[in-house]
This record gives sequence, structure tokens and C-alpha cells, in this order.
Amino acid sequence: MSLKIRKDHASRAVIVHAVLLSYTLIALYPVFLILINAFKSRKGIFREPMALPTSKTFSLEGFTKVLDKADFGTYFFNSISVTVVTIAIVLVLAAMAAWALSEYKFPGNTALAIYLAIGIMVPIRLGTVSILNLMVDLGLVNTLTALVLVYVAQGLPLAIFILTEFMHQIPKDLKEAARCDGVGEFKIFFAIILPLVRPAVATVAVFTMIPIWNDLWFPLILAPGDGKQTITLGVQQFIGQYVTDWNAVLASLSLAIIPILILYLIFSRQLIRGLTSGAVK
Amino acid sequence: MAHSGPMTDWRKAKLPVFAFLAPATLIYTLFMIYPLIDSIRLSFFSATNGGDLAFVGLDNYRTVLSDPDWSHTFWNSFWNNMKFFAVHMLVQNPIGIALAAVLSLPRLKFRNSYRTLIFMPTMLSVVIVGFIWQLILSPVWGVGADILDIVGLKSLFGPWLGKEGSALITLAFISVWQWVGIPMMLIYAALLAIPEDLVDAAIVDGASHFEVFWYIKLPLVLPTVAMVSILTFVGNFNAFDLIYAVKGALAGPNFSTDIMGTLFYRTFFGYQLQLGNPTLGATVASLMFLIILAGVLFYLFVVQRRLSRYQL
Repeated sequence: MSLKIRKDHASRAVIVHAVLLSYTLIALYPVFLILINAFKSRKGIFREPMALPTSKTFSLEGFTKVLDKADFGTYFFNSISVTVVTIAIVLVLAAMAAWALSEYKFPGNTALAIYLAIGIMVPIRLGTVSILNLMVDLGLVNTLTALVLVYVAQGLPLAIFILTEFMHQIPKDLKEAARCDGVGEFKIFFAIILPLVRPAVATVAVFTMIPIWNDLWFPLILAPGDGKQTITLGVQQFIGQYVTDWNAVLASLSLAIIPILILYLIFSRQLIRGLTSGAVK
Repeated sequence: MAHSGPMTDWRKAKLPVFAFLAPATLIYTLFMIYPLIDSIRLSFFSATNGGDLAFVGLDNYRTVLSDPDWSHTFWNSFWNNMKFFAVHMLVQNPIGIALAAVLSLPRLKFRNSYRTLIFMPTMLSVVIVGFIWQLILSPVWGVGADILDIVGLKSLFGPWLGKEGSALITLAFISVWQWVGIPMMLIYAALLAIPEDLVDAAIVDGASHFEVFWYIKLPLVLPTVAMVSILTFVGNFNAFDLIYAVKGALAGPNFSTDIMGTLFYRTFFGYQLQLGNPTLGATVASLMFLIILAGVLFYLFVVQRRLSRYQL
């Protein structure tokens, strides 16, 4: 490689990194700004909004106010329960359905697969009027169960789709060997297939989790009552009430952001692998 | 990927097949398909004074689309939603494509770190993102003006979210900021799947990286770009959380940020002095369904067919 070409390469690399760094800054700085100001006194927030908290401006008054006036523990507990229960149900039910669709020849197989895929494109929100009527009839308004049922229905289509793709890749010999040994169909699924699905679980879990954790619509309509709010609704209501209290607002936002940041840093690898491999197919 | 399809005859395992399919199909049908169909049914009914439902044919649609009180609001929210979508198509998707192109350059260092960091806002709740930007753009805090000052553009700063002329566009840009990670990631994956010999051949022939991208890679990932576009369309015409968090159900100032989702919520649930009207709400939802369906069908039968011709 000649010197000139090498120089071109170096200058190109500088431009590329400058572009990527600027965009990374645009993506992260707003969040960073909220987080640093949550740890400042009111004076610090307004006088030096862009400075890191110093010993003079450091203050936790926002957090103490939030924890005092709103029940963030309950909000987190509600969000976590709804999300975890939904993911568990979606995984088991979707794996069962995906297995039946990919393994057994039965009349209407393709039609059922298409029927179950409609929900990938059609937003469940459009059925809200009837969902609320249904929940009133079932006596489930203002319960977390109502949210779980809706979120399971919302999460199933994509989960079944991803898992069906995945199940096609399971080697035939495995199940044939089991069948020759006289193992029943239920046992084949629960003892052999279900454990094999584990690599796809992270992808499905993440795709199911994000829209649920972040949703405002269904908590607002189905379970807005005291003690039933999810974290997203809780923050929305809290900020609506304390708009002018900057310390409290910044602290409540940070409380909602930090757990997601930690989860994201732990699971980003699986998430991104899921996103990118799903698109290639 | 080619696979042979289902292999085992179900007649040997009727009970297991039924047991595997029934729970998912049941919950999905009861809480997703039934409500969607029932909403469409409700849109042909109206509540009488006694509280019973009476069949009114297309009256609700006539009200929403042509009654002077309603039609203005409906078409206003429809065109606002189109603008919201246009900003995503013109800003979010090109930026996503550009970032994906840069990220897929050969021998790039810190590729994964950039990818992970740029995708981060997509993980946050729309509500949280709305509040973050509301604070940053607030003239009371003034931090937005400070940031613009660094690049010498302080004079441009204004109360964008509060002005009728700029509120909707500002909200659209906030949404773009949050969602740009999706097109970036999906197009990045599609770019990685392009066989390397194609690119190498062009490079040996003296093509620059930009030319390789523009003439070889971009045409090959157009199906993914189309898929991203339809996802954007469905997402935008179903949006609600951001407007509600920042502007409330009234989508102010003067309904300038009203989109289909906020209109649906107000019609169905009511706001301030206006009572909610479930059947009119169902009508608005059915119209949203028709718009989304039109978009999806256009994608499936026009865009995707035309694009598949260019595929390898």
C-alpha cells in the first residue's frame, strides 16, 4: 500500500468516526443531561444545567420527594409482575403453537399460521373500545390481570412467528429417535423441544417486553386506579401533578430511565443479535 | 430459508396438536381478533337515551367524515398524522440508512459500541422521551438555547413545542430521535447479508465506497427499506403516547398536534366537558384500521412485488 492511499484511509477513518461520534452524542446527551441534573439542587439545575453535580450543587432532594409522594416501589412491582407473567405465558403458549404449526400436517395449517400472523401488522389498540367492554363484563377493570391478558394477545403473533422459524431448524433425527423409543407427543415437546428453544427465548422475551414495559395506552384505559399503575403511567401521572417541581420531575424520570439502561447494557447483545438475524431471513 | 414444511401426520396425534394450538389461538382470538371485529360492529351502532344500542348504518361514519363539528377535527388529525409520517420518512429513514451504511464499512473500529449506544433511545418509553425533550426545549430551563449556543445558533431557539406552527414538527423530530435505531438496525443487518464478492469486484474496478453503496448495496436493500417504511406507517398511524405525554389529550396548541391516536382517545374516553362516546370511538378506530390496512395492502401488493424483481 502506498503512503498516499494509507493517508487517505486514515483521514477517511477520522471523518467516519467524527460522524458516528456526533450522532452518538445526539443520541445520548439528552438522557445524560436529565440524569446529571436529577442529582442537583434547584439552584444547580438552573444556574449550571450542563455541569456535572459538584459538592456544592449535589442534592438528592428530588429523589426524596419522589419516594415520599409517589409509590414508585408499587409502580415497579406492577410493571415487573405484568411483564414477567406476560413473557412467561407468551413463551410457553407461543412455543406450543409454533411447534404444532411447524411439526404436524393438518388441514388448515397455513390458514391458521396466517390468521395468527395478522396481529403482527394490525395494532391491538384499535380494538380498545371492545377490550374495555370485555374487561367490564369479566370484572377485570383496574386489575393487572386485564393488562396481562391484552399483552399476551399482543405478544403472541410475533412470538409464534419467530419461534416457528426457529423450530424449522431443529434436526429431524432428534424427534424421530424419540418417537421410535415410544415417547409420547407431549413429552417430546416438553422434554426435548422446549429446552432446545432456549436460544430464541432471549429474542422473543425482549421483543415482548419492550412494548409492554413502555406502554401508556392500556394502563391508562384498563388499570389507571391507585395502586395498579405501571411505571410508565405512574411517572406520567406524577409529572402531571408536579410539573413545576423540577427536582421531582428530573428524579422521577431518572428512576424510570436507570433500570432500563442497566437492563439494556446487560441484554443489548442478545437484543441486537435478535434484531439483525430476524431481518436477514 | 428452505424447509420441508410440517412432516408428521396429525391423525397420529390429534389430542396433542389440539392441546398445543388451543390456548394461544383462544387468547389471541378472544382479546385481539374479537375486539377488532366487535369494534367494527360497534361503529354501525349508536347508544339510545335508554342506553341500549341501536343500529344506525353508516351514520357514525357520516358524522365523523362530514358533520361540520367532527369532520374538521377528523381531517385535521388525519393530515397532521400524514405530516408526522412524512417527517419520519424524510428524516428518520434516510438518517437510519446513512448510519447503517457507515456502520457497515469494512474494518470499522468500535462498530458494536456505536451500534449499541445509538440504539439506546429506542429502548426508552415514549412517555419518558417526551418528558426529556419537553424539559430540554423548555424556555424556562433554557438548556436548549445553551446547547445551540455551542454551535453558534442560539438565535434560532424558540418555544417550538408551544407554537402552533412548529409544535407538530418538533414532536415528529423527537419521535425520529427515539426511533432512528430501528431503520438503522434492520438496514444494517440487510447490508451485512450482501455477498462480499459483489462489493470486492466493484472496489477492484476502482469504485469508491460511496459508489458501492449507492449503486450496488442500496438497490439490494430496498426491500428492507420498504419494510421499514410500512413499519413506520403502522407505528405512526397508531401513535398516541408521545403527544399525550407532552401535550395532553387536547393535543394543543389549538389541536395543532392532534393525530389519529389522540382523536380516538378523546372521542372514546371524552375530555373535560365532552363525554366519551364508545360507538363514535369505535368508528374512529375503524377508520384508522382502514387507513392502516390500505397502507399494508399497498405494501404487500404494489411495493413488495415490484421490488422482488430486483432481488438476487
